[in-house]
Amino acid sequence: MTSPFRTAEGGRIDRATTLEFTFDGQTHTGHPGDTLASALLAAGRHQVATSIKLGPPRGIAAAWAEDPGGLVQIEEPFPEPMLLATTVELHDGLVAHGLPGQGRLAEISDSARYDAVHHHVDVLVVGAGPAGLAAALTAARSGARVALVDDQSEAGGSLLSGTDRLDGGPALEWVAAAVAELAGHPEVLHLQRTTAFGSYDDGFVLALERRTDHLGTAAPKHVSRQRVWRLRARSVVVATGAHERPVVFSDNDRPGTMLAGAARTFLHRYGVLPGRQAVVFTTNDSAYDAALDLHRAGVRVQAVVDARPAGSPRREECERAGIRVLSGAVVTGTQGVERITHARVAAFADGEVGAVSAIACDVLLVSGGWNPAVHLFSQARGRLRYDEALGAFLPAEELDGLSVTGAAAGVFDLAGCLTDGQRVARAALTALAVPPPGEDRLPTAPEPVAPAAPLVLWRVPDTSGAGGHTSFVDLQRDATVADIERAVGAGLRSIEHIKRYTTIGTAHDQGKTSGVLTSGITAELLGVPVQATGTTTFRPPYTPVAFAALAGRDRGRLFDPERVTSLHDWHVAAGAVFEDVGQWKRPRHYPRPGEDMEAAVLRECAAARTGVGLLDGSTLGKIDVQGPDAAVLLDRLYTNLMSSLKVGSVRYGVMCGVDGMVIDDGTVLRLAEDRFLLLTTTGGAAKVLDWMEEWAQTEWPDLRVHCTSVTEQWNTFPVVGPRSRDVIGAVFPQVDVANEAFPFMTWRDATLDGVPVRLARISFSGELAFEVYVNPWYGVAVWERLLEAGRPYGITPYGTETMHVLRAEKGYPIIGQDTDGTVTPHDLGMAWAVSKKKPDFVGKRSFARQANQDPLRKQLVGLLPVDRRTVLPEGSQIVELHADGQLPPPPVPMLGHVTSSYRSAELARPFALALVKGGRSRIGDTVHVPVDGTLVPVEVTGSVLVDPEGARRDG
Amino acid sequence: MAELLRTHPLEAWSTALERLPDTVGITVEPFVAMAVVRLGAVGAASEALGAGLPTTPNTWVPAGSGRAVWLGPDEWLLSSTTDTPEELEARIRAAVVPLGGSVTDVSAQRIGLRLTGERVRDVLAKGCSIDLHPRVFGRGSSAQTLLGQAGVVLMALSDAGDDFVVLVRSSFAGYLADWLLDAALEFTPTHDS
Repeated sequence: MTSPFRTAEGGRIDRATTLEFTFDGQTHTGHPGDTLASALLAAGRHQVATSIKLGPPRGIAAAWAEDPGGLVQIEEPFPEPMLLATTVELHDGLVAHGLPGQGRLAEISDSARYDAVHHHVDVLVVGAGPAGLAAALTAARSGARVALVDDQSEAGGSLLSGTDRLDGGPALEWVAAAVAELAGHPEVLHLQRTTAFGSYDDGFVLALERRTDHLGTAAPKHVSRQRVWRLRARSVVVATGAHERPVVFSDNDRPGTMLAGAARTFLHRYGVLPGRQAVVFTTNDSAYDAALDLHRAGVRVQAVVDARPAGSPRREECERAGIRVLSGAVVTGTQGVERITHARVAAFADGEVGAVSAIACDVLLVSGGWNPAVHLFSQARGRLRYDEALGAFLPAEELDGLSVTGAAAGVFDLAGCLTDGQRVARAALTALAVPPPGEDRLPTAPEPVAPAAPLVLWRVPDTSGAGGHTSFVDLQRDATVADIERAVGAGLRSIEHIKRYTTIGTAHDQGKTSGVLTSGITAELLGVPVQATGTTTFRPPYTPVAFAALAGRDRGRLFDPERVTSLHDWHVAAGAVFEDVGQWKRPRHYPRPGEDMEAAVLRECAAARTGVGLLDGSTLGKIDVQGPDAAVLLDRLYTNLMSSLKVGSVRYGVMCGVDGMVIDDGTVLRLAEDRFLLLTTTGGAAKVLDWMEEWAQTEWPDLRVHCTSVTEQWNTFPVVGPRSRDVIGAVFPQVDVANEAFPFMTWRDATLDGVPVRLARISFSGELAFEVYVNPWYGVAVWERLLEAGRPYGITPYGTETMHVLRAEKGYPIIGQDTDGTVTPHDLGMAWAVSKKKPDFVGKRSFARQANQDPLRKQLVGLLPVDRRTVLPEGSQIVELHADGQLPPPPVPMLGHVTSSYRSAELARPFALALVKGGRSRIGDTVHVPVDGTLVPVEVTGSVLVDPEGARRDG
Repeated sequence: MAELLRTHPLEAWSTALERLPDTVGITVEPFVAMAVVRLGAVGAASEALGAGLPTTPNTWVPAGSGRAVWLGPDEWLLSSTTDTPEELEARIRAAVVPLGGSVTDVSAQRIGLRLTGERVRDVLAKGCSIDLHPRVFGRGSSAQTLLGQAGVVLMALSDAGDDFVVLVRSSFAGYLADWLLDAALEFTPTHDS
C-alpha cells in the first residue's frame, strides 16, 4: 500500500527508512517517527474501529492520548489490548487491528521484563514543551538535582506541532540545544516516552517509561520494556500543556472529524495530510493556524467556520490565501457513510441556528478552545476554578512544592510560556534554598499577537431532528447530549453522579476531551454557572498503565520472598516436599520413592513414636530478653508465672491479647537471672516481638529490659522419640543425658568440636525429645552428626505434616490453626497455664467477663470418626441431630468446626481436633460432620488421644 | 571427628555473583561476628568498648576490625571480622552490662553483601526507596529499609555512591541474591548467555 497522504517533505520522520506493518489484515508502510495513527492517515485511513454500543465507524480524532476514538488491539510483537493508535509508535512488523471498545488479554504469559526505579530530585519538571524546558534549564543551571519527564518520543511539546521560531531560527533548534545542555548536567535525568501518571503527597510522582515498546521485535530482552519511575521531588513543576476541546454537534463522530490542533501535529510532526478538502470549525483563533498551514501544504481549505459573530483578526490572512471565512457560523452536522463527505454549516447568532447548507470536505477540523491539563495538580488536591474567558478550569491556588506553568496554567503564547517556566523554576529553587543560576538566558520569541477573545461554545443546537442522540460528548462511551439531558431530567445535579449515570469520562481517555464539555453542558441544562458544576475528580492514572508494569519485577520467583533455613539445600537434596508457612519454605514430608504424602507421614510418625525422628524447627521465632526486669515483663505478658522459673529450666507459656484471647504460645528458657530465650510460633515471631516492644516502650518504659530477635541466630533441631536419648548421648558424650541429670523441661549447654550448642528437653510430640540449638553456620554439620549418630536407630527426618500429627495426637494446639482470635486458654483446656497468683497480666481482666465464663463457649476437643476411616476435612462444620435422628430444619445450628484432622499411625485411625460449643461437656457424645453430602458420625473425646498419662516424655 | 564445617547461605550463588562485571560487583562478606548492643549511657560505653558508638541516627562508624551501626536511640549493631561471635559478645558484655546495657550475639542472624561499582546505586534504586545520592547518603550513612521485599541494613562505604554494604536476614539472603542478580541483568554484558 502507498501513502498518498504523506507530504513530500517535512516532519520528524525518518523518510530514508521504511517500516512495514499490518492493520486489519492490510499491509501498510510508514517511517520511524510515525505513530500507528499517522501511518494510517498517511494511507488515507481515518476509521480505526466501530463504536462499542451503537456500531458506527470511529476514527482518529486527536493526535495523542486525548483521542477518544482510535483504540487498537496489538497482535504482534505481543498481544496487548486497548492501546491508542495515536500513542503506538510504529515499528517494523507491527500487527494490529481496530477495537470496538473492548480488547482481550493475551492468553500467553508476557515474557517482557518490567521494573521500577526510585529516584529523588530537587526539582521534577513534567512536560518538555517550551515552559517545561525553560523550567528544567533554569533548575539544571543551578546545579540542583533535576528530572525532566515527557510522554512524547522527543522533547518539544507543542513546538513539535507548529512552525514557531526562537532566536530567529526554527524553535526545534532551540529544543535540540536545550536537550543537549540538559544532557551535559550530571545531576539531570531527562526521560522521554515517560508519562507522569500519578501525583501524590509530598512530591511523590509516579511515571511510566516506555523503554523498548518502540523497538518492536528488536527490543533487547534484558532491558525492561516498561519502567515505573517512583519519583520523589522536593518541588514539582507541572508543565503538561493543554488538550484541545471539541465542540459537540450532530454526527460529530464521523471519521474525518478531528481536532484542529491534531491536524497540525499530523502535518508538521509526521508529514501527513489529514485529507484533501478541509472545513475548519472554530470558536477561537488557534484553528486559523491549522487552516493556513494545511492550505500551504496543499490542502484545499473550503471554509473556516468561526462561531464568533465578529470572527477573528486573522480573517484577512485567510482571505489573502483564498480561504473563505464564515463568521457567526457553526457546523451543525456532517454527512457521509464511513467518512465525512460534507460539513453542514449554518449561520449562528444569539444561540439560534439559521439555514443549513452543505460544504464538501473529507476532513472536518474542530476547535472549541483549550483545556489546561491540570490533572497532576488536581490529583495533588489542588483546587480548580472555572475561567469564563477560556471556558476551562485552571489551578485556583498555589500548592506547597507543586507549581503549574505554561498552557497547563493558562499561558498560551510561546514567549509567555518560556518566561513563566523560568519564573516558576526560579521560585521553586528559592523555596528550596538553592540559589537560582546567574546566567539563565531565555531564547527570544516573537512578540505575541493578542488573540481575539474565544467564544465558549459547548454544543451546537441540534437541528438534525435526532434530539441530541447523535451529538456525541464521549465518543468512546457512545454518550451523547441526550444522555446528559436524561441524567439531568432524572434529577441528577452532581457532576460525579452524571458521570456515573452516563459513563462519560470512564473510558481509556478518562474524559480528556469530554470532561469539561460535560460540565459545561450540564451547567447549561441546570441553569447554573459552570463553576458550580465543577469537574469530576481527577484520579491517577493519567493514562492507562498495564498491570504488568505495576507488578514490575515482583513476579515469578521474586513475587514473594522465600525464606529458607540453613538446611534448605539439604532438604532439597533429601527430596523434601515443601509447604509454605508464611514466607518460609518448610519441608512438609520426605517421601521415599513410591510414597505419597499419607504413606510418608505414617512412616515418619511411626519413626518418631517408636524410634527417633529429626525435624528442622529452625523457623520457630526466638526472642532474647535481657535485663534486671526481664522476668517482670514476661510475668505481665504471659498468662502464667515466669519469674519463678529456675535458671536452667524451661516453661511453656501462653500469651493473650488484652481481650484475653490467645495470640501466641511457646516455651521459655531461663538462661540467667536476667536473661530468657522465648520461643514463639513461626508465624508469630515478628508480631510477638512488636507486641513486647509496644508494651515495654509505651506502657512500661520504667522496666529495664531489652528484647532482641534471634530467630535466625539459632537452628533448632528437635530430636524426637524413644531413642532420642541415645542419639544425643552419642553426639554429646560430655552431657549426662540421664533423666535425673537432665530432666524434662530443662536445658544444658554443650559444645561440639568447640562449637557452642544448647540442648533442651522440650517435647511437642509427647515423646522423649531433645531440642538442639546451634549457630546456623554449623547447622548442616550438626544435623549430619545427628543423622550419623541416629543411623543405628533408623533416625528419620520428618516434616511439618508429621509434626502436626504428633502434636495433634497430644492435643497441643497450633495457635492460628486451632485458634482464630476468639479462643481463650480455658477454651483450649489450658486453665493450668493461667496464673491465679499473679496480680495482673495482659488479658487477665477479660477472663472475668461473663462471656468468658459461659459454659457453652467453644472448647477444644478431640473427634474420632466412628467409621474409623473418614479423614474429616479441616474446616468442616459440626452439627447435632435431633433425638429422633433427624437433622434440624435449616438453618442447621452449627456446634463448631474441625480445626485439625489427620490419619494417626499410633491410633490406627483418623482423628481430629475441633472447637465445639460446650465441647468438654459433650465428651462421649456422638455428633455429626457433613462430608461430601453425608453425615459422618463422630465421637467427641478429650483432646489428648495418645499417651494421656504422659508416660512417654521421659523415655 | 573432623572439625565442624561452616556453610554459608549464599554458597550456591557464588558463581553467579562472581560473574558480575565490576560495575555491579557483589561479594559476600563471610562469617562476620555481630552483636546487638542495647544501652542508654553511650559515652561510658564507648570508653569501655574502646570504640565510639555513633549517636547520630542512621550512621555507622568503623569499630576495630568491624563497624558500629546506629539502629535506634539505644540500639547498635557491632561487628568484628577478627573476633569469634563468642569473643565479641563476651567483650561487649563486660563493657556494657555494668552500665545497665545488654548484648546479644546475632552473628548468624544477618549476612553481609558488599556492592561495589559505578552502577550499584542504579541496582539499589530498583528496590530501595530512600535517597542514596552521595550528597545525601555519603560514607558513614546507614539505613534500615526495604530492598525489594527484604528488610536490610544499608551502609554507604564511599562518598562516590559506588560502595555499599547490605546486611540481610539470613533466611532472606537467597531471595535478595536472586533479586540483585535480576536487578543487575541490564548492566551485565553476558545477559544473552
